[in-house]
Amino acid sequence: MATLQGMSAMEKTPTKMEPDEVSKPSNGRPQPKLLVSALNFFYGKRQALLDVTIQIPENRITGLIGPSGCGKSTFLRTLNRMYEIVPHARAEGRIELDGQNLMELDAMEVRRRVGMVFQKSNPFPKSIFDNVAFGLRVNRIVRRGELHEAVERSLRRAALWDEVKDSLHDSAYKLSGGQQQRLCIARALAVDPEVLLLDEPCSALDPIATAKIEELLFGLKKLCTVVLVTHNMQQAARVADVTGFFLLGRLIEFNTTEVIFKTPASRQTEDYITGRFG
Amino acid sequence: MSPRLVWRKSVSVMMLSLTGVCALAGVSVLLFILGYLLWYGGKYINWDFVTQLPKPVGETGGGMANAIVGSAKLLLLAALTGVPVGFFGGVYLSEFGGKTFAFLVRYTTDLLNGVPSIVMGIFAYTVVVLPMRHFSTLAGGLALGVMMIPIAVRSTEEFLRAIPTALREGALALGASKWKTIVKVVIPAAAGGIVTGIMLDLARVAGETAPLIFTSFNNRFWSSGWNQPIASLPVMIYTYALGPYDDWHRQAWAAGLILLLLVLAANIVARTVLARRSTAREM
Amino acid sequence: MATPSIAVARPAPSRFPRPGGARAFVERLRSGDEIAHLITLIFASTILFLTAWLVYELWVHSALPRQTFGLGFLTASTWDPVFEHFGALPFIYGTVVTSALGLLIAVPIGVGAAIFLAELAPHGISEALTFSIELLAAVPSVIIGLLGIFVLVPILRKVVEPFLKATLGFLPFFQGPAFGIGFLAAGLILAIMVVPFIISISRGILLAVPTEQREAALALGATKWESTWKVVVPYARTGIMGSVFLALARALGETMAVTMVIGNDPKISASLFAPGYTIAAAIANEFTEATGDLHLQALIELGLVLFFLTILINAFGRILILVTTRKGTSRE
Ligand SMILES: Nc1ncnc2c1ncn2[C@@H]1O[C@H](COP(=O)(O)OP(=O)(O)OP(=O)(O)O)[C@@H](O)[C@H]1O
Ligand SMILES: [Mg+2]
Repeated sequence: MATLQGMSAMEKTPTKMEPDEVSKPSNGRPQPKLLVSALNFFYGKRQALLDVTIQIPENRITGLIGPSGCGKSTFLRTLNRMYEIVPHARAEGRIELDGQNLMELDAMEVRRRVGMVFQKSNPFPKSIFDNVAFGLRVNRIVRRGELHEAVERSLRRAALWDEVKDSLHDSAYKLSGGQQQRLCIARALAVDPEVLLLDEPCSALDPIATAKIEELLFGLKKLCTVVLVTHNMQQAARVADVTGFFLLGRLIEFNTTEVIFKTPASRQTEDYITGRFG
Repeated sequence: MSPRLVWRKSVSVMMLSLTGVCALAGVSVLLFILGYLLWYGGKYINWDFVTQLPKPVGETGGGMANAIVGSAKLLLLAALTGVPVGFFGGVYLSEFGGKTFAFLVRYTTDLLNGVPSIVMGIFAYTVVVLPMRHFSTLAGGLALGVMMIPIAVRSTEEFLRAIPTALREGALALGASKWKTIVKVVIPAAAGGIVTGIMLDLARVAGETAPLIFTSFNNRFWSSGWNQPIASLPVMIYTYALGPYDDWHRQAWAAGLILLLLVLAANIVARTVLARRSTAREM
Repeated sequence: MATPSIAVARPAPSRFPRPGGARAFVERLRSGDEIAHLITLIFASTILFLTAWLVYELWVHSALPRQTFGLGFLTASTWDPVFEHFGALPFIYGTVVTSALGLLIAVPIGVGAAIFLAELAPHGISEALTFSIELLAAVPSVIIGLLGIFVLVPILRKVVEPFLKATLGFLPFFQGPAFGIGFLAAGLILAIMVVPFIISISRGILLAVPTEQREAALALGATKWESTWKVVVPYARTGIMGSVFLALARALGETMAVTMVIGNDPKISASLFAPGYTIAAAIANEFTEATGDLHLQALIELGLVLFFLTILINAFGRILILVTTRKGTSRE
């Protein structure tokens, strides 16, 4: 139940949820991977997140939905401290990664453990191989002899291996949009992150490329915790195990995807789900 | 933190500090030049220096009044030849230019911009000095004028392009013809920028020496009209700096300071105006 | 020039609609449009004409040495006005050595400073520093030369060259008497003159690198330096190369400051302490003193060589810059 206290306090809407659906992975132990409490976020004077409290379950796909500008990307960027590169941006509150205070860890360490895939695919202007190997090289994660193996493993996990295995040393820009995005996923997976954050990874892709990525997300659940921001409610309904709804910087409701889409507790969630605004 | 991470972070801090050192080095060279000239040249600037002619070789004292006036005359001539071509060329590129021809003009302009100034001097020498059989103000002014063209063209074009299409459409919709729109609306709106661009251009050629040494040459006396050789500040600095007398060296410093202050002042004013305009546009 | 303007060869569609047809043409003629078009067209054509004329003059007035020496002009190493033997090799050598030396010093400092200004410095500080660096580019070269002979050369002669001789004297570059004037002085002066170019163009190119590239690197756990050096700089590499080529073209053609410190001796020496000569310096020094036609025309042919050299390098540099800035904008 701990998962939901913050927002129920905020919205005064009692929310029910099945504990074993959300907080208990297959081994039966409740395991929040990321624990965020009372998070406030400011761009200079402007507040972008208000008192967000959420527990992100391990080895699940957490979907985050909400209208444009409601703070989804901002929230995602607090989870790997990427917001720190924005001047005057400031986060208050507590975030725990496996029980460790995220703010007390080293930022580079955090970003290695919490990978990120962006809305616009952003491969480096290097070869496919070098793209995937980038994180492995800077972090010296594997020995030189094992580099090739590690790159192959990541590309397989991102369901891209079969398409690129003969052109590993071609420029990444030769790939199609969907392939580029899967390359970015492979690049993020290469450093074995514990959490993978995806910020609208399919918004620039056609339905077939989107389907491929959704499919690979299902597989990723076993390897890491996935947080997926999406504009597309069908996508959230299809792939997310639990879903959070953001509105104007607040987390309005957080529950199993089924509850959110079938019997939302909040009126605002219902309006959004049924397309009455946003 | 692992030792590896500590190492990576130290490398990061070290290398980034090094880049800061590089930037500081660049800026301190400017400050050094300015400071040194102010300190050294400032000592030798006096009333005589700006009002007197140079003394005959070997005598001390005297000034560079003729060189100051000479530079002004050369710049006037340069502006008279270079600015019209640059300005109308820029108007053509921005307002009338089609595809292929405009591309050709633009590209040639950029190439002309890269021609070393000494080569411009040779050009003025072959077309003016050779036929006339003597060095002249005219030749020097022409050399500087041709040098002004590329920047005048490109800056005029840039500033005209920056004028929003809505402004043109507004005038056209009132029934004004195209050229009236350009003359009455577009050019006045861009005039400040264009003038500033030309000022920068003048400041640039004001310091040029190479194209003058065998076109306008030098002159110890006043030069009347446009047909005689004429003294100019940069050539005087060059000649006096390489001369054997201490007094010449002192005068070279003084002339250097005057030239530097003129050029920097023009640059600072022009760049400040331009920066203001561009921020004003953004708002 | 103070602010380097980059050739942006974008197509320039006219901003006014142009209705076709003869009636419309007469209409435009009456309203003055065609006349205005014609006048500006004439001035624009003047630029093409002037450039062609420039090449023609250089070509025609260097016919004599071309007939006398042919291509041997470029490879012969004696330059003797008295016996009218004119070989440009010592000048070409001096030009290449001083420019290479200048770039060797200027490129690391320039790129380093550009990284600082584009990636690290807060906006206000970056603008202020860039402003002063562009002012440095505006300092007339004769003034740099003035400081060169009276400040730099004595320091080189008394401090730097003896020191280099003591420490690196086993290398052929650092041998022989320390004159102060010579290749080393000219190289340093050129470095000072081209550094502002490299900084201001490279900074612009680095600023045009999409933020997503930096984010991608940082999100993988890279440090700020790793993201800059392994991602941002490689992304901007072609454009930075372009700025280096523009700087090279400028160094090759730079005349006054070099003339004042290089020593003006048409010799080819391995030692950087030795005096030398460059193409531009030779023209500047000997033009007014040229005795015979052959001497004068040999100098003009030097000018022709310099012209083609700088034009080629310039054009190449501009293309490189164009390619990178395009890359940055077209991947929307
Ligand atoms: N760098 C920034 N500086 C200042 N304000 C910002 C910045 N980035 C975002 N904001 C503001 O913060 C709020 C939340 O933005 P955020 O990008 O997190 O929204 P989002 O939910 O991801 O929207 P979208 O669905 O459009 O991606 C918005 O109002 C936005 O204007
Ligand atoms: Mg977003």
